[in-house]
Amino acid sequence: MSRVGIVGIGHGVFGRRSDATVQELAFEAFRLAMEDAGLERDEIDASVIAAVPEYHKQRSVAGVVQEYLNLNPHPAWLTEVACASGSAAIRTAWMAIQSGLHRMVAVIGCQKMTELETAEILALMGRVGEVQWESVFGTTFPGYYAMFATRHMHEFGTTHDQLVEVAIKNHYYGARNPNALFRKEITKEKALASDPVASPFCVYDCCANADGAACMILAEEGRAKEMGDKVVWLDGVGAATAEMSILKRPDLTGLPSAQEAARQAYQQAGVTAKDVKVAEVHDCFTIAEIMAYEDLGFCKKGEGGPFVADKRSWIGGDVAVNTDGGLKSKGHPIGATGVSMAYEIVQQLRGECGERQVPDADIGLTHNVGGIGQYTFVHLFKRD
Amino acid sequence: MFSWFGKKSFVPYTKVSDFAVHLKDGRLMGSKCKQCGFQTFPPRADCPQCMSPEFEFTEYSGKGQVYTYSIIAAAPTGFDEEAPYTCTVVDLEGGGRLVGWLGDSIPSDKVKIGMDVQVVPRIFEEDLETRVYYTVDMPGTTWHKAPAPHRI
Repeated sequence: MSRVGIVGIGHGVFGRRSDATVQELAFEAFRLAMEDAGLERDEIDASVIAAVPEYHKQRSVAGVVQEYLNLNPHPAWLTEVACASGSAAIRTAWMAIQSGLHRMVAVIGCQKMTELETAEILALMGRVGEVQWESVFGTTFPGYYAMFATRHMHEFGTTHDQLVEVAIKNHYYGARNPNALFRKEITKEKALASDPVASPFCVYDCCANADGAACMILAEEGRAKEMGDKVVWLDGVGAATAEMSILKRPDLTGLPSAQEAARQAYQQAGVTAKDVKVAEVHDCFTIAEIMAYEDLGFCKKGEGGPFVADKRSWIGGDVAVNTDGGLKSKGHPIGATGVSMAYEIVQQLRGECGERQVPDADIGLTHNVGGIGQYTFVHLFKRD
Repeated sequence: MFSWFGKKSFVPYTKVSDFAVHLKDGRLMGSKCKQCGFQTFPPRADCPQCMSPEFEFTEYSGKGQVYTYSIIAAAPTGFDEEAPYTCTVVDLEGGGRLVGWLGDSIPSDKVKIGMDVQVVPRIFEEDLETRVYYTVDMPGTTWHKAPAPHRI
C-alpha cells in the first residue's frame, strides 16, 4: 500500500479567545500550515473540518471555515465523534487520499468553546452520558472518569498521589509550550488541595475547556516525497468503538476501544509499543492518561500509577508522553484536540521542539478518545 | 409515562415507558426477550442478541453489589440542589447494571466497592408532578409496594 505523508502543520494559541470567531481561529492554524508546507492554496483539493457542533452558535461550521480560508469550490465536510473528532478528520483525509479521490487534503480542527453561557455549558454537561438511564442521576463527564478511577484504585491500588503526578508532568511541559492555555508548573500540594469535582478528582485532575485550532496538510506519497525530507508519514490508523453506556461495559479500568485501536495501528505500521519514543495521549482526566499507558501497552495492566510516579513517561523515560502539556495544561478545544496531538508528534519527529525535544524521536503515536472511550483513534507516525 | 423517571427527564418517550409506572408501584423491572429469553437491566424493547422486538418486563429483586462510585460535587443544570450526591454503579442480581444515587442508609464515606446493597424504588416527595427514581441502600431496606402487579 502507498503511504500518506504530512507535509504541513500549523497551530494557534489555545485559551479563552474572546478576540476571534471559530473561522478566524481556523485561519491562524491554516495559514501557519500553508507557510510550513510552502504550498499554493490551489493544490488543496479537499478539506476535512473537525468540530463538535453543539458548542457553536454558527451551524454547519465546515462551510463557514471553507469560505473564510478561500478554499471554495473544493469539497469540504465535517467529522464529529466528540473529543476524537480531530483524529476522525485525519483518518478521513487518509482514506480520501488512499482511495485516489484526492491528492492533497487539509485537516482543520477548530473549536470555540466559550461562545456559550455558563448555564448552557452546565446543561450540555448534564447530557454527556447516556441520557435515558444515566443522565437522569446527574452523571457528569468528570464523574464517569472518576468512577473508572475509583475502580482502578480498588483493583490495582492506584492512589490519588499517582493520579496527580500526571497533572504535574503535563503542567511542567505545558509551561514550556507557547500554545498552551496554562503555562505554569504546579505542585503536588496545590493539586491535592484543589476543590473537589467528582471523587477522587479535584480541579487539578481535570482538563479545561479552551478555544483554538490546529491544522495539518496530508499528501499522497509521490507528491509528499517531492516536498523534501521533513515529511512525516502516517503509517498506522487504528480506530474502534465501545458501548456508549457504561452499564454495558464489563470492565471500567480501561478502554476496550483504545486497546483495539492500538492493536490495529501497531500491526498496520509494523511496530510495537516499545518502539514508540513519544506519544500524545488523551488526558482529559488524570486517570485517562494512566489507563492510556496500559491500553497502549506502555506498561502492564494496573501499573500505570507507578509508571508515571517513577517518571517513566517523562522525557528520558521509557516513552515521553504529552510533551506539549496534554489536554490538561494545553487546554481542550474539543474538535481541535486530535489535530493538535498530531501537530506535536510531527514537530517531535522533525526535531523542532526545543527544550521539550525527545531525543532520537523517530516513531510517535497519538491516542485520541471520544467521550469515555465510545470512540478511540490511535495513529502511528514515522520519520524516515 | 417515562417522563416520570428521574429528577430531570431528558427523553419522555420510549418503548419501555411502562418501566416508570412499575417503579411508581414499587417494582424494579428489567426486560426479557420473548424469543431467546435474554434478560437485562436497564430494560430494552429490542433484543441485542436475536434482534427480536418482542419483550416482556420481568421483576428484579434490586439486590446487587457496588461496582464503582463517585461523589459528584460539581453538578450539571437541574441537579445543583442535590449536590453533593453519590453516583454508584450496581451489578444486579438477574443480570445488568444501573446507575443510582446512594440512599440515606449509606453515608457517602461508608460506601465500598463490592458491598451488598438493595436498590429501592422512590418517589420525589417534594414534587407536584409524579417523579420516580431509585436509591442504592443497605440490604434489608423496605419500601411500599403496590398490592398487585399493575395491569397496563
